[in-house]
Amino acid sequence: MSLHAMKASELAKKVVNKENLFILDVRNDDAFEDWKIEGENFEYKNVPYFDLIDGVEEILDDLPKDKEILVVCAKEGSSVMVGEMLAEEGLDVSYLEGGMKAWSEHLAPVKISDLKNGGELYQFVRLGKGCLSYMVLSGGEAAVIDANRMTSIYTDFANEKGVTINHTMDTHLHADHISGGRALAEETGGSYWLPPKDATGVTFEYQPLEDGNTIKVGDTNIDIQALYSPGHTIGSTSFVVDEQYLMTGDILFIDSIGRPDLAGKADDWVGDLRTTLYERYQKLSENLIVLPAHYMILDELNDDGSVQEKLSVLYEQNHGLNIENEDEFRRTVTENLPPQPNAYQEIRETNMGQISPDGEKKREMEIGPNRCAVR
Amino acid sequence: MNTAKTLDATGLACPMPIVKTKKAIKDIEVGEVLEVQATDQGAKSDLAAWTKSSGHELIETDESSEVLKFWIKKGE
Repeated sequence: MSLHAMKASELAKKVVNKENLFILDVRNDDAFEDWKIEGENFEYKNVPYFDLIDGVEEILDDLPKDKEILVVCAKEGSSVMVGEMLAEEGLDVSYLEGGMKAWSEHLAPVKISDLKNGGELYQFVRLGKGCLSYMVLSGGEAAVIDANRMTSIYTDFANEKGVTINHTMDTHLHADHISGGRALAEETGGSYWLPPKDATGVTFEYQPLEDGNTIKVGDTNIDIQALYSPGHTIGSTSFVVDEQYLMTGDILFIDSIGRPDLAGKADDWVGDLRTTLYERYQKLSENLIVLPAHYMILDELNDDGSVQEKLSVLYEQNHGLNIENEDEFRRTVTENLPPQPNAYQEIRETNMGQISPDGEKKREMEIGPNRCAVR
Repeated sequence: MNTAKTLDATGLACPMPIVKTKKAIKDIEVGEVLEVQATDQGAKSDLAAWTKSSGHELIETDESSEVLKFWIKKGE
């Protein structure tokens, strides 16, 4: 039998369509436990590749006969080695092209909605890390919100749609992934917007994103209104797009809320976080559709592969919005927090322009899940 | 350090540094030390995990230059 290559894009479809798949992950136990490819109907077996160098006979009985098998490793090499050995034993298996690094970097657009006057709104879902970014298109122009490092995805999409990216903006200084906002603005000649309170350490020019700013996209005027909403970081800013969508950044997710500690200020910012969630957002229309910058668990992914929910539904169902006691809220968001994202300090320094790691180093820094939330 | 053998695995991508290390360690005696040189960043965690699971001991690593160096003492 033979060994096939599976692209990250094919794997992404299997996640969204909830297909069956058996994943043989040949990375170290630690790496597997820390971060793996999540799928509702995926089964897993983790055996480090170095235990299989002398042969795969020992694991053959543990592999299913009636299910598609995908061998996964960090970069690809080891999964090809193990995959070839399994093929020699008569199995039909695939390996993940580019490994977990390619999985981490894969993102694809999902259409959220048409906007008024012919505009469109797309969500770019990065399944491997749970990062969400957005493109607002209108009248031949586009704005990209919370762009990831893989800027060609956005420029290719803009070309396909025949629009020019005039604005890129980050809701806050990210700590879990490297922002593509500045690079994308440089490539397209657009403006890069960042909340000034998160930008005190930056080494480059930017447009200050302040409460009440309105950024217009296209001559048909899709409005993006900035709403200062601190808590995850001191500068965190939300956007109201076309009066219908609320982009919450890392403040409010579908099934969780943002953590206030990634810039080392949990105790200072917990009050801001509570005010934003329990007062500022409460004053907004409850019909707004919340579009966050992350998701953490597969339950947050809708059947069409998008991540979105009405603000009123979140006020009913999101545990983080229903903690009446302030002390309990404080404890929830400051104690027993999940581990911090991989290399989060270096990622923040990169996003401030203080360090400029090369492409391979950037990939290494982004390994792992995003971990920006508390549940 | 007294090394019995040095393995040059520079420029090789995963899984080759470990495949070669596994072969090379067969050529030395128990208690002797193998020095492995690699440039693949993944070698750091993989050699640590492999030595642990295979009964050898990673006694020292040097990550100060582009060529990563590892010293592995052969176990039983």
